[in-house]
Amino acid sequence: MPRKSFRQALNEAMRLEMRRDPRVFVMGEDVAGGKGASGEQDAWGGAFGVTKGLLAEFGPERVRDTPITESAFVGAAAGAAMTGLRPVVEIMFVDFMGVCFDQIFNQAAKFRYMFGGKAVTPMVLRATFGAGTRSASQHSQALYPLFTHIPGLKVVVPSSPYDAKGLLIQAIRDDDPVIFLEHKAMYDDMGEVPDGAYVVPFGEAGVLRDGGDVTIVAYGRMVGRAMEAAARLARDGIEATVVDPRTTSPLDIDTIVETLEETGRLVIVDEAYPRCGMASDIAGIVAEEAFGLLKAPIQKVTPPHAPVPYAPELEAAYIPSVEKIEAAVRKAVGWTR
Amino acid sequence: MQLARADLLKAYRTMALIRVFEERVQREMSSGDIPGSTHLYAGQEASAVGISMHLTDIDRVASTHRGHGHSIAKGCDVDGMMAEIFARATGICHGKGGSMHIADLDKGMLGANGIVGGAPPLACGAALTAKLTGSGAVAVAYTGDGGFNQGTTAESLNLARVWDLPVIFAIEDNGFAEATASSWAVAGDIVVRAAGYGIPAERVDGTDVFAVHEAAGRAVARGRAGEGPTVLHITVPRYLGHFSGDADTYRSSAEKQAMRSERDCLKVFRAKVVPAGLIDEAELDAIDAEATAAVEGAVVAARAAPRPDPATVATDVYVSYP
Repeated sequence: MPRKSFRQALNEAMRLEMRRDPRVFVMGEDVAGGKGASGEQDAWGGAFGVTKGLLAEFGPERVRDTPITESAFVGAAAGAAMTGLRPVVEIMFVDFMGVCFDQIFNQAAKFRYMFGGKAVTPMVLRATFGAGTRSASQHSQALYPLFTHIPGLKVVVPSSPYDAKGLLIQAIRDDDPVIFLEHKAMYDDMGEVPDGAYVVPFGEAGVLRDGGDVTIVAYGRMVGRAMEAAARLARDGIEATVVDPRTTSPLDIDTIVETLEETGRLVIVDEAYPRCGMASDIAGIVAEEAFGLLKAPIQKVTPPHAPVPYAPELEAAYIPSVEKIEAAVRKAVGWTR
Repeated sequence: MQLARADLLKAYRTMALIRVFEERVQREMSSGDIPGSTHLYAGQEASAVGISMHLTDIDRVASTHRGHGHSIAKGCDVDGMMAEIFARATGICHGKGGSMHIADLDKGMLGANGIVGGAPPLACGAALTAKLTGSGAVAVAYTGDGGFNQGTTAESLNLARVWDLPVIFAIEDNGFAEATASSWAVAGDIVVRAAGYGIPAERVDGTDVFAVHEAAGRAVARGRAGEGPTVLHITVPRYLGHFSGDADTYRSSAEKQAMRSERDCLKVFRAKVVPAGLIDEAELDAIDAEATAAVEGAVVAARAAPRPDPATVATDVYVSYP
C-alpha cells in the first residue's frame, strides 16, 4: 500500500469527493491563495497546504478564497448546505471558531431539530488544532469538547493518515454538520493510505493494541503517545489495550467498556482542557455504565487548567507526555484498596 | 410598475392575513394557551408582501425573530404556523421550534431566527447555491435596524459584494431594536453604509406596498441578472411592543396612535386603489372577512390539535447518529 502524509491523505479525500459529487466545494481563507494578486494563484493551498492543487483541477468557483470573515462564510456554508450544496470549509485554527460560533452552534447544529426534522445541513468545517508548534494561547487549543457538547454536531479527531482520509470522506458524505479537527503537528506524519475512496465510519473506535492489564483511551496526537507508552510498559510486563474513539460525537463507549471487561483499569489521555473535556466525559460515562468493571480509579492525563503557553519548556510541561501516560498507567495497575 | 388586478388582490389578501394573524396571536397570548413569547409583525406587512410578490419557491428568504409576516408572505401554511405557535404536534415544526423558528424549506423559507443578525450569512449561502447551480434564484436576508448593526451583517455585505451574490438585504427599520431607538443606536445612515460596500441601496417607504414592490423589483432583477446584491432600507412602523410581554412604555400612546392612523399599509393601499376605481371597498372588506375566518379556523384547529409526544424529545437531532 502506498505511504502518504496526513496532509496528502486529506487532500485526496477532498479531491476524490469533488470529482464524485459536483455539489461539493471548498472555501476558506487562502484555500487557494493569491486571489486578486498579480503573482502565483494557488500560492498557499490553505495555510497548511492541505488544499494545494485543488484550484487547478476544480477552478475558483469550487475552490473559493474568502475574506477573513468567518461569521459570513461559515454562515454562508450553513445556508448553502441547507439549500442543496455540500461545502467543505477550512478554518485555519479551531481557535478562530470563537468569531463564528453562533453560525455553528445556534444555526447549523440546530436547523434540523428546530425545523421539525425538515432541514439537512451537510457541511464540514475543517480546522487545525493542538499544541506543540510554539503558537501560544490563541492558535493551539484542542477545542473538540466544545463542539462535542452541542447536539446536532458530529466531531472527528483523526490520529493517522489512513483514518484521516476515510473519516474526511465520511464527513463529506455525511448529511449532518461535521467538525473535523486536524492536529497541526501531524501533517507530515506518514502512513499507509490506499489510492481510492473509502470511508471510516463515525462512532466506531479503533483498537490499536490489545493488552489485558489496562485500557488507554486517546485521541489525535495523543494516540501515538499512548502507543509509545504502551510499548515501554510492555517491557515491564504491563500489557495495555489502546483505544482511539476517532470521533468524540458520536462516541463509541461500547468498545471502551468491552475492553474494560478484561482490563478493569482505564487511563484517558486528552489534549483538551481537564474540565468538561473528553477525559472527564468518558470517565463520567464509564463510572455510570461500567462501575462494576473497574478495579482501580480512572486516571486522566490532561494539560493543566491553563491556556497553552509559548515557551518550549512551558509547552513541553503542558502537553501530556509519554512519561505522564506511563506514570498514570503504573498508578492504575499498582492501585490497591 | 403596473400591477394586474389579481396581483393587487393577492397583495392585499396577504397583508390582511398577516395583520389579522398577528393581532389574533397578540390576543391569544393572554389566553395562556400559547406557551412561549412572540414578536409580532403588525404594521410591517407591506415590506414582506412587496418583496415576496417577486419571489417563487426556488427563491429563499432568511428571516428574523419577527418572522410570521415573512413566512406567510413566502407561502407558509397558516394552520401549520398557528399550530406551531400553540406548540402542537401538527405545527409546521412539530412543536420543536415555535414562533422564532418557523420554517418551510420547500417554500424557500429558511427559518425565522432567534439571533439578531442571523439571517444575512445564511442568505449569502442560499445565494451562493443559486449562483453555483445557475438556478437563477435570489435570496433575501431580512434583518432590522438592530440586526444591521451586527457584525454578521457587515461581513455579509462585504462577502455578497466580493462574490457578487444574488442577495437582497431587506433592512426593516421599525424604529426600535427592542426598546432602543434606531435614531440613537444606528450610527450614520443605512443607505450610506451600504454605499460604502459599493452595494446599490435605496430607502423605501414600507407602508406603501407599491413602493416596496417597485424597489424590490429592481433589486431582484439585479440579482437574477448576475449583478450582485442590493440593500433596501425599508422604514416601517412596529405597532406592538418588541415581544408579546412588552408593556411598551418607552413609546407614548400618541406616537402609537399616530402610527396606526397615519402609517397603516392597509389604509394606504385602500387610499390608492379605491379612488382610482381599481378595486371597490366592499371587495376589500370581503377579503378582511376571509382573513378573519381563516385565522379563526387556524386557532380552532390549533387548540384542538394534539400536543407533541414526549417520546419525540430527542428525535430529529441528526439525520443519522449511531
